[in-house]
Amino acid sequence: MGGQTSRREFLAAAGGAAAGLGLASVIAVEPARATPAAMQEAIRKVVGAARVNQGRVKLELPPLVENGNTVPLTVSAESPMTAADHVKALHLFTEKNPQPDVASFRFGPRAGRASVATRMRLADTQTVIAICELSDGSFWSTSVNVVVTLAACLEEA
Amino acid sequence: MANALINVPPRAKRGEIIEIKTLISHPMETGYRRTQLGAAVPRDIIRTFVCTYNGTEIFRAELHPAIAANPFIAFSTVATESGTLAFQWTGDRGFSETASAAITVD
Repeated sequence: MGGQTSRREFLAAAGGAAAGLGLASVIAVEPARATPAAMQEAIRKVVGAARVNQGRVKLELPPLVENGNTVPLTVSAESPMTAADHVKALHLFTEKNPQPDVASFRFGPRAGRASVATRMRLADTQTVIAICELSDGSFWSTSVNVVVTLAACLEEA
Repeated sequence: MANALINVPPRAKRGEIIEIKTLISHPMETGYRRTQLGAAVPRDIIRTFVCTYNGTEIFRAELHPAIAANPFIAFSTVATESGTLAFQWTGDRGFSETASAAITVD
């Protein structure tokens, strides 16, 4: 081979350079993102030191979302909704939106039913977590994986 | 300004659980977008929504930029007495909007 670069070496080098460029541009373009760790921190802020159990809360989101700018969802929890035993709040969190908080909904016993429907933004394919806070101070959670084909928040104003 | 839409059943039986749907026109600018020149677009969102039933708070929502533009919120309450349901949205840049709906309970 001598001083000449072989075809294989050339291709390997070119591929590496392209990958490097690609990576660099991704890092440059990528907006600020929340991480699963940031989400855990946001959840901690809401629940404090309490234990978060699985179940009791239901989160309905379409499994495949074409447009992340407006994603319909329903979050609800089974509860008799009496003064002694009711759902105090339902919280929503995301993993990869720019910020982990989505919304907090607060109820009293007069809500009758702990159920809210709204529309949210999703910046990426990710997990959405719903946390339910009961009047006895316990917390319950559920998570849903959503595949997003067109992300929100990326277009220019 | 009539940019809030409220859907409350006009009549209900006492003790019945009714669904309330609200929709308000608002861009919910996230604060994470940039213009073509690279300048950040400042955040402009509705931060809180409160619903009161004859003066008693029955539902409250704290919103973040992850709520879609023109926030739609549907929730429920127990029809206890005839009266008014009042709705208030408050947000960035001094945004404030109110609406109300009458309900007859028999």
